[in-house]
Amino acid sequence: MHRIVAVLLLIILMQGMSVCRADGVDDAYEALSASAGSISAAGFNSVREGIEQLAVSGDPRAAVVIGALQDGLLYANDDHVLFIQLPDGTYVDARTGKPAPDVTDDDVKAVRVNNAVRSAIDGALGSLQLFAPDAPTRLKAASAVFTSHDPAALPALTQALAKETDPAVKQRMEQAKAAAILFATDASQADRLAAVATLRARGDQDARSLLSTLAGQTGPVADAAATAVVAIDRVLQIWSVAQSVYYGVSLGSVLLLAAAGLAITFGVMGVINMAHGEMVMIGAYVTFVVQQLMHAYLPSLYGISLLIAVPMAFLVSGAVGVAVERSLIRWLYGRPLETLLATWGLSLVLQQVVRSLFGANNRDVDTPSWMSGATQLGGLTLTWNRMYIILFAFLVVAALMAALRYTSLGLRMRAVTQNRRMAAAMGIKTPWIDALTFGLGSGVAGIAGVALSQIDNVSPNLGQGYIIDSFMVVVFGGVGNLWGTTLGALTLGIVNKFLEPIAGAVLGKIVVLILLILFVQRNPRGMFPLKGRAVES
Amino acid sequence: MSLDEPTLSRRGLGRLGVAAATLAAVGAVKAATSPAEAQATGGTIKVGILHSLSGTMAISETTLKDVMLMLIEQQNKKGGLLGKKLEGVVVDPASNWPLFAEKARQLISVDKCAATFGCWTSVSRKSVLPVFEELNSILFYPVQYEGQECSRNVFYTGAAPNQQAIPAVDYLMSEGKVKRWVLAGTDYVYPRTTNQILEAYLKSKGVAAEDIMINYTPFGHSDWQNIVASIKKFGSAGKKTAVVSTINGDANVPFYKELGNQGVKATDIPVVAFSVGEEELAGIDTKPLLGHLAAWNYFESVDTKENKAFIKEWKAFTKNPKRTTNDPMEAHYIGFNMWVKGVEKAGTTDPDAVIDAMIGVSVPNLSGGYSAMMPNHHITKPVLIGEIQANGQFNTVSETPGLVVAQEWSPYVEDTKDLIGDWRAPLRCGAFNVKTGTCTAGKKA
Repeated sequence: MHRIVAVLLLIILMQGMSVCRADGVDDAYEALSASAGSISAAGFNSVREGIEQLAVSGDPRAAVVIGALQDGLLYANDDHVLFIQLPDGTYVDARTGKPAPDVTDDDVKAVRVNNAVRSAIDGALGSLQLFAPDAPTRLKAASAVFTSHDPAALPALTQALAKETDPAVKQRMEQAKAAAILFATDASQADRLAAVATLRARGDQDARSLLSTLAGQTGPVADAAATAVVAIDRVLQIWSVAQSVYYGVSLGSVLLLAAAGLAITFGVMGVINMAHGEMVMIGAYVTFVVQQLMHAYLPSLYGISLLIAVPMAFLVSGAVGVAVERSLIRWLYGRPLETLLATWGLSLVLQQVVRSLFGANNRDVDTPSWMSGATQLGGLTLTWNRMYIILFAFLVVAALMAALRYTSLGLRMRAVTQNRRMAAAMGIKTPWIDALTFGLGSGVAGIAGVALSQIDNVSPNLGQGYIIDSFMVVVFGGVGNLWGTTLGALTLGIVNKFLEPIAGAVLGKIVVLILLILFVQRNPRGMFPLKGRAVES
Repeated sequence: MSLDEPTLSRRGLGRLGVAAATLAAVGAVKAATSPAEAQATGGTIKVGILHSLSGTMAISETTLKDVMLMLIEQQNKKGGLLGKKLEGVVVDPASNWPLFAEKARQLISVDKCAATFGCWTSVSRKSVLPVFEELNSILFYPVQYEGQECSRNVFYTGAAPNQQAIPAVDYLMSEGKVKRWVLAGTDYVYPRTTNQILEAYLKSKGVAAEDIMINYTPFGHSDWQNIVASIKKFGSAGKKTAVVSTINGDANVPFYKELGNQGVKATDIPVVAFSVGEEELAGIDTKPLLGHLAAWNYFESVDTKENKAFIKEWKAFTKNPKRTTNDPMEAHYIGFNMWVKGVEKAGTTDPDAVIDAMIGVSVPNLSGGYSAMMPNHHITKPVLIGEIQANGQFNTVSETPGLVVAQEWSPYVEDTKDLIGDWRAPLRCGAFNVKTGTCTAGKKA
């Protein structure tokens, strides 16, 4: 009963506030226009205060106006009247929502936004959307309020919490409330202690960050916060090991993708192909071209452009590979030094060709929305693009293994590499198989390019960054062994990621190289050497 | 800005091939550009353009070659210089630092260029410096750099650290209330020198050592997962944290992508970059980067008449409506116009006369004011802080009230705090120690 009365009182109070703040709304609107066409700290401050006023004013247009500001569509004229630009380029009066047909682009200047204003916008929109009808929006709103932890949002939070039914949203709102209480100067000690406990239960980096702002203060709340920080740190420590393993696997999967094609051309055929990286680069550019074409001709399927780019990249890079084998490499079999020099020259030629065709600048390859962002698994942050690449790398290797093992082409490839003369005697066209094998390796490199276009620059230099790593992986894993390549890539990735925090990225890389040299000295054939007569020949 | 060395491992193998390819490329470029503009000999003044058109730096430097050709074409339309036509001589040093010195020698001795506009990386500038001093010619260097240099033969039209890094840190300190700093950079001379200056500066402002984290990564670093994670962790200590990035070149793209994916928002941990311009952002989806900052002396989005005209001409010249403009381009714009004025003032292209005439020359910059050449061969500039927008442009959020004069020798570094450069008579010294009253380097009679 008491609670109902309290809520009722609160509602009445808030409505009263919005009535008596009618002129406050005018001030808020006026304040919002302060940063239009000028850049001064005072202007941004005024806009920030305007947002905060507007958010609690109860003005029905508040969410629309602040949303427009967030999207950069809020404009002001010289008389500080605000307008919102519509998608068709016309303006409406921000205050009333009525069309303003006389206003042209020359009359108005955009209201500028900086990071402080942006924080205020997030917080304000968050507290305004706490009552949104759909749960995901409310969850987002609660998270925004958690981040802004503005005590001004407390009444709205209390009200929203009373109505909330969705348990996940409710939990997030309670955390947001706890964060806000922590910064409310007038909150009681009991409330603040409870807030610390709520944040401690949340136990992630954001909670730790909020709690450690109390460091340096004294009193039971600060003590509780300090203990909570220690407890959270202990848990985060354990997660960070798992996180490092994940980063290692992720780096390993990238190495694996880059090296898989080389495992065929170098591992199976024994060709030292320094232009391998450029096949990867060509694959990345194919992705770019496919995206451009689909953007122009098939916009409805744009979301799956990467899936279409995969076979295209395989075909284009594979075709380049076959052409290179037929025109260059076949004259150089058995002469590794000449092959090395010739393919190095080829890699420069390919780079310059791409540079002449596409320009020296990076090309923008879009990341589809299903590959952006991250998900949280306990204390682990798993970024989607890396997750997909890990999955993709293993799929590619599995497909490659299957192709070598179960297709007739694979059978012929293995026959030719194991005993060329016998294979020829059995009627296999060995030169043709050589070309196809090289094409397969190059095609797989092209597929790697599609994946790398998501995490690295699409520039003519893309391939150079991966060529040394690829050779390292293949040699380390054992030449001619796809399992070895897989394990080699993962091992190198994980070792690298565990060394990096200790030694730094630069030194870490050097240490890995030294370890690798020592390892190869002891085991010249890598982790999983091929056995049998074929090795000796 | 100054990229030093591509990945170590490639260098040895690359040299032969690079040299071979360069020969071919240079031949092609020269054949294509010079005859078209050549007028009757004796009636032309040659201008050297020393920018990499191939190799790792091509991404940044090709644009500068194009802007120089545009400026020369415009000057010729206005009637040339001293009644003669200007002719650009383009060479390709192919991102190969020793080759820069060779090409510089060729431009000065063989092509008899009156002045050269070129270099991007600090190491390439260091490589050509002895050549310009030995042969007494003029170099215009258009890129922000680490300072600590003042040669008589070089005019530095890019920013010194106090024209970029220090104002950016000041902005974050006052506006962003930042208390904790990550200094992240690529592992070579420019970031290390800049971070050394910044660290000393932050400490002088009372920032504790444990509130500064310094991280270096190799060139072309592409796996930023745990570095971004450690930045997040560093930022969860309850104090407002910012990243000051001197990460250079290609590595920026994966760095920003990782920031976006791990959800590091500018409102939580802002990143202010000194080497990321419109050109670098052209290859990234900037929506997740909204609000991250960059400090420059020019942005394409600067709203002035001069800038609009420049952008229009640039797009017409390149016949590409999507080409962006950036800060080093503005530096060349200023530098070229200063050189033209200096030559007109001297009445000759003789290097000694021009070098003396250059000091005090003042030309319009693109952000609505004038830039002047100071006695230390650096120019005055406004400092702009911009936030990245969803469209890949920067939105200026802060601008220094006046022009900033470059400090070529940093007052925050022990060894150089007493040095000044002044190439006016009678001092004529690049590193004059004001305490001892002696010229420690670069004395020219």
